[in-house]
Amino acid sequence: MTDFPGRIFYNGEAFPLAEIPLLPLDEFLQAVIDATDFGWRISSLFGDKSNSGTALYCVLSYKIDGMMGIIRSTAKDTFPSITALVPQAHLFEREIAEQWGVAPEGHPWFKPLRFHRALKPGAEAWGRSQQTEILPGVIDFYQVTGEEIHEVAVGPVHAGIIEPGHFRFQCHGEHVYHLEISLGYQHRGVEAALVGGPHSKTLYQMETVAGDTTVGHTQAYSMIIEALSGCRPPAKGEVIRGIALELERLANHTGDLGAIAGDIGYLPTSSFCGRIRGDFLNMTALLCGSRFGRGLIRPGGTGFDLGLPQMDDLRGRLAAARKDLTSAVDLLWSTQSVMARLEGTGAVSLEDSNRLGLVGPAARACGATRDVRQDHPFGIFRMSQIPTVSSQSGDVFARTLLRWLEAERSLEFVEEQLSQLPGGSCRHEVGPLAGEQVAVAMTEGWRGEICHVAITDQSGRFARYKIVDPSFHNWPGLAMAMRDQQISDFPLCNKSFNLSYCGFDL
Amino acid sequence: MTDLLIHLVLIICMPPLMLGIIGKTKAAFAGRVGAPYLQPYFDLFKLLRKGSVFSSTTTWIFRAGPIITLAATITAALLIPLGNHPSPISFAGDMILFAYLFGLARFFTMAAALDTGSSFEGMGAAREATFSCLVEPTLFFALIVLCRISGSLSLSTMLTHSLVNIWFSAGASLVLLVAGLFIILLAENCRIPFDDPNTHLELTMIHEVMVLDHSGPAFGYILYGAAMKLFILGAFFIHIALPFKTGDHLLDWGIFIISMVALAITIGIVESIMARLRLVRIPQLLVAASILTAFSMLLILR
Repeated sequence: MTDFPGRIFYNGEAFPLAEIPLLPLDEFLQAVIDATDFGWRISSLFGDKSNSGTALYCVLSYKIDGMMGIIRSTAKDTFPSITALVPQAHLFEREIAEQWGVAPEGHPWFKPLRFHRALKPGAEAWGRSQQTEILPGVIDFYQVTGEEIHEVAVGPVHAGIIEPGHFRFQCHGEHVYHLEISLGYQHRGVEAALVGGPHSKTLYQMETVAGDTTVGHTQAYSMIIEALSGCRPPAKGEVIRGIALELERLANHTGDLGAIAGDIGYLPTSSFCGRIRGDFLNMTALLCGSRFGRGLIRPGGTGFDLGLPQMDDLRGRLAAARKDLTSAVDLLWSTQSVMARLEGTGAVSLEDSNRLGLVGPAARACGATRDVRQDHPFGIFRMSQIPTVSSQSGDVFARTLLRWLEAERSLEFVEEQLSQLPGGSCRHEVGPLAGEQVAVAMTEGWRGEICHVAITDQSGRFARYKIVDPSFHNWPGLAMAMRDQQISDFPLCNKSFNLSYCGFDL
Repeated sequence: MTDLLIHLVLIICMPPLMLGIIGKTKAAFAGRVGAPYLQPYFDLFKLLRKGSVFSSTTTWIFRAGPIITLAATITAALLIPLGNHPSPISFAGDMILFAYLFGLARFFTMAAALDTGSSFEGMGAAREATFSCLVEPTLFFALIVLCRISGSLSLSTMLTHSLVNIWFSAGASLVLLVAGLFIILLAENCRIPFDDPNTHLELTMIHEVMVLDHSGPAFGYILYGAAMKLFILGAFFIHIALPFKTGDHLLDWGIFIISMVALAITIGIVESIMARLRLVRIPQLLVAASILTAFSMLLILR
């Protein structure tokens, strides 16, 4: 699509704010509809304060030639909803309404998302009074009525040790007609806290946007800072970052494989994977002293260098973990009762996945070949590529298999990188940030596409910092996977998606 | 007299050990050390020392549930012969009482679950009611087969009747019977592949979800009652599957205890190498168990 009316750029680029064409509202929305029809996807759609109402920005990405585009517009009090035409805009529109009080007119599912006051003082899209407290989970849930229909409410306090979220099922016996997910219990106000930054705390806030995706989010943040300051991290820093990102993926995929096995009561894989996940976390600790990669990724490179003895140690541990993981996971495929449980449970079609804009393993399990490392390469992935894998059936089995296939590719990648680690320093100094610029960075965290967008003011401070965690795209996928399923399969489906609550709630 | 004493001691003390052995076996398969064999006892003592919390929406049924369930299970324990020894209480037709004592226990567990008004517990009760309907025919087919073999209506005679010869003369029938009984042994005691006693995922459980609201001593009674049920049905199963009798009193007790330990290890192995069934598949397996025992009956009646 060559007639995209916005500023075209590539992943990790910064450019002056003025270069983004300011479209009239209807042209802006039409451009989003046209682009998504053409196969672009919405990576980020967000609002910002503006002198004349609320500014709307839309970052779109196109996998074929790695292009990304951004457009903007201004809305007064309302804007026409495009969710009915472009379902992937669903949560973004609700988010804009909640943050800026601009209601999407005709939105089919217009409810608060995270249950907080608008970022713009006094703005309110639902007409709630400023005095009453806003409590999470207080909405009119969708209801199915009829004989023998019953409603099951789960959470926000769960039986297991997981994050809080509320799930409302409309059931007929064991059969689920509809699942509505209501989150927001973990809302911390991350985006509001980032405005005026970078502060001394900003990097630590980035590390905990989603605690299990520390590397993914800090990588995206570092790319933003580097783009805005014109710094290029040294090759060695890029390689260590790539290794850290893949180790994070390995640890989490291994943990998920074990958790899926645990959910179906299959003990051996569950126990072994729990232990091997720890081995991968310890490898990250070998790089930087933190099992979750805190302090490793820093703007301009990495906070820790990788020495020869560490590399040998890492290689040995990788080989051992690969052997253990292979045998633990092979047990899954060779056990009939496990396969019977996984196959056909919670299937999402490729068409639904594309319409909802799913990302990461959840999308690739449906047959999509969407992967930021391949489509919009960043860092070391511009030099060495990881083949994108996908499985076809879109069910729990596909999501399980996909995790294993990705883990294999990641193991190969880390081993390859360790054998050709460049010399030199691992970090360059970062200069001051350029003012009135926009920077967009996308990375492929283990859950999928992470998109950070920063807009700076005249003095180079963040006027707006928008984070889209992959869970934001994928929660509707879980609700879709539960349609016409057994309610007893929900924990398994949930585990196979394993989405972040705090990454969504921000 | 000694036999009676040993019977009572075993019935009271051994059931939690079965759970300990199952736990150890599973841990061994998972490459872990596992909790001590006596852990279930520690858990019970811990629960008995705790206080209870009762929801304000519950009535006396909720409080009576665990006690009636445990009482019914203990009564059933007095009807079942262990090893080569007749049970403390036996009379013609006690097998019907035996079967329906568990029915009574189940009724009160389900009633207590429904009493809470929780949607999870209602779901659990619905599942339990459905599956127990499918288990009952299997149990009665099995009892009919045993009646026919022993010519008696009392559990003591039925089960201590020398089955070794029957294994030679009507082995096919007994193989089917043992297969069917093993399936309902696992199903009735909420073991994998039917239910996973270790997950605490409210949406998938059957038995565990019905007792979510119980706490403290009442929950202890429930766990103890469940362990005892496993022990009783296990003893029933062992009588048919491993009918070795020597005639020597103490030796027979020894054989019985070893057989029970072996059964616990077998259950542990099954739980380690299998995943749970999808909930919709459970009735199919239970119907299969009924069919197995029905054929067993046909072969005996032939």
